[in-house]
Amino acid sequence: MNYLEFEKPLAEIEGKAEELRAMARGNAAMDVTKEAEALDRKAETLLRDLYKDLTPWRKCQIARHPDRPHCRDYIEALFSEFTPLAGDRNFAEDHAVMGGLARFNDTPVMVIGHEKGHDTKTRIERNFGMARPEGYRKAIRLMDMADRFRLPVVTLVDTPGAYPGKGAEERGQAEAIARSTQKCLEIGVPLISIIIGEGGSGGAVAFATANRIAMLEHSVYSVISPEGCASILWKDAEKMREAAEALRLTAQDLQKLGVIDRIIKEPLGGAQRGRKETIEAVGKALEVMLKDLSSRKPETLVKDRRQKFLDMGSKGLAA
Amino acid sequence: MNWISNYVRPKINSLFSRREVPENLWTKCPECGTMLFHRELADNLNVCTSCDHHMAISPRERFRALFDGGIFTEVKVPDALVDPLHFRDQKKYPERLKAAQKATGEKDAMLVAEGEMQRTPIVAVAQDFSFMAGSMGMYVGNAMIAAAQRAVALKRPLVLFSAAGGARMQEGILSLMQMPRTTVAVQMLKEARLPYVVVLTHPTTGGVTASYAMLGDVQIAEPNALICFAGPRVIEQTIREKLPEGFQRAEYLLDHGMLDRVAHRKKMKDELVTILRMLTGQSPAIKGDLPPPDPEPAAVVPA
Repeated sequence: MNYLEFEKPLAEIEGKAEELRAMARGNAAMDVTKEAEALDRKAETLLRDLYKDLTPWRKCQIARHPDRPHCRDYIEALFSEFTPLAGDRNFAEDHAVMGGLARFNDTPVMVIGHEKGHDTKTRIERNFGMARPEGYRKAIRLMDMADRFRLPVVTLVDTPGAYPGKGAEERGQAEAIARSTQKCLEIGVPLISIIIGEGGSGGAVAFATANRIAMLEHSVYSVISPEGCASILWKDAEKMREAAEALRLTAQDLQKLGVIDRIIKEPLGGAQRGRKETIEAVGKALEVMLKDLSSRKPETLVKDRRQKFLDMGSKGLAA
Repeated sequence: MNWISNYVRPKINSLFSRREVPENLWTKCPECGTMLFHRELADNLNVCTSCDHHMAISPRERFRALFDGGIFTEVKVPDALVDPLHFRDQKKYPERLKAAQKATGEKDAMLVAEGEMQRTPIVAVAQDFSFMAGSMGMYVGNAMIAAAQRAVALKRPLVLFSAAGGARMQEGILSLMQMPRTTVAVQMLKEARLPYVVVLTHPTTGGVTASYAMLGDVQIAEPNALICFAGPRVIEQTIREKLPEGFQRAEYLLDHGMLDRVAHRKKMKDELVTILRMLTGQSPAIKGDLPPPDPEPAAVVPA
């Protein structure tokens, strides 16, 4: 278990309970059940307390937690016959973006998402979920295919942002993102987007311009990272707490602003503490959203999606 | 007291008195350091007469130079919610907004106009870098949509002059949502089969480049304009190596296949007219600075 900075007191209590149990395992005469259970209760109260009123910055930390289920985990658990399709047909295969045909409850769909990787090796291979132009161009290709064969598209968003690199710029990062957003707006099939961790700026929009947008309870979606915003507006990257607050990047604020449609609840202590429950909850939400859209005509889907974004921003936060 | 202090000095003072000289008569070219007289610079569309460096130009000045006789009609842009997030950094967002409005005399960072360019009717939209770095918030999104809708209603091409540091952070997620919103605007033009030509000016970066500014049918840039998604400083911090000479500049992008053309500001009008008239099947234009169209439109904004 990886503990976040603000979970330190919790780590202490859970550590103690674990220590006690380990001692008892080595010594049959010792009974620590009571003490250990007391510590467990204490830990749970603390966990409840810590997760009751999470500050936006803490939510950012949870959204980036390495133990949260990632795109790959959702695809493995919720879809069958996943058949990855690779490459942009121009330059390369981008491992930061997973995509392919799969069945969701037996219905064929196209699933596309950012994958961050789960250990050092895979993180480097996946470029920490930061896509290059090839990733967006692959997504465009897959969305286009889905449109032609009338398959709903499901996108799983989890990226710090598009990759800021020399090659990425030379090969048209901006253009690739713009075209991917455009493709999202064009396709005559249901497009459902779920933000499972970090929704990092344009790199997220390129996948999340959808008919329905859902967010996990502790995920975030923002125009810029709190650190980036702090270093520009406060001239001090250490002011990320203030920036996270000001940016209104939590699922709760985004729902109030009318930017997202639905919040998917996470278990106590966040998705990292209940991976299975989280994945199941995402599956249920996806099922509902897909069902809702499945009988709509292609023209209606395109028209509604456009109108949704044209109308966005007409409502601010209450004073 | 003698005649010198009584008569000559006041006259000399009145001739050379500091407060009578407007402060910004001279502009120093940031590229070559030449001091440029303001009228000469304005006549040259804010392009340095000595090194051809393209400096920023306000949307109004650009439109005056672009449209025949300097005459154009402003297209109304629907108001946007002010400060929807109640954003506050070291200053409150409404204060920053007011300061920018006072400094530029404009409502926000984008101006939409319709008029004729060498008798070619167009709708034009220009971004104002001097207004909070031309940043894209809800007003800019509304302006792009209003421009596209007006172009569709009049069946005219749309020309965009982009200039922006990116999304307006103070509008948070709602500034990010202008990426899909402005993309819808571009689609309206596409569906109406109307040309959409983008002129990228220095600098065009971030979410603006990654949406409407990269979706033109024809992409033209002004010389040496910085055009990118992530800025050079961010990239240097990420990859920790020096970037090549001219990286992310217009000519570099042209070499990498990201643009159709790079054109000097003074030749831009001819360039646009030539392209647009061919795309819309019109006869070749009469080149040169033409007087305002006749008959004069009723509601004109005088130049």
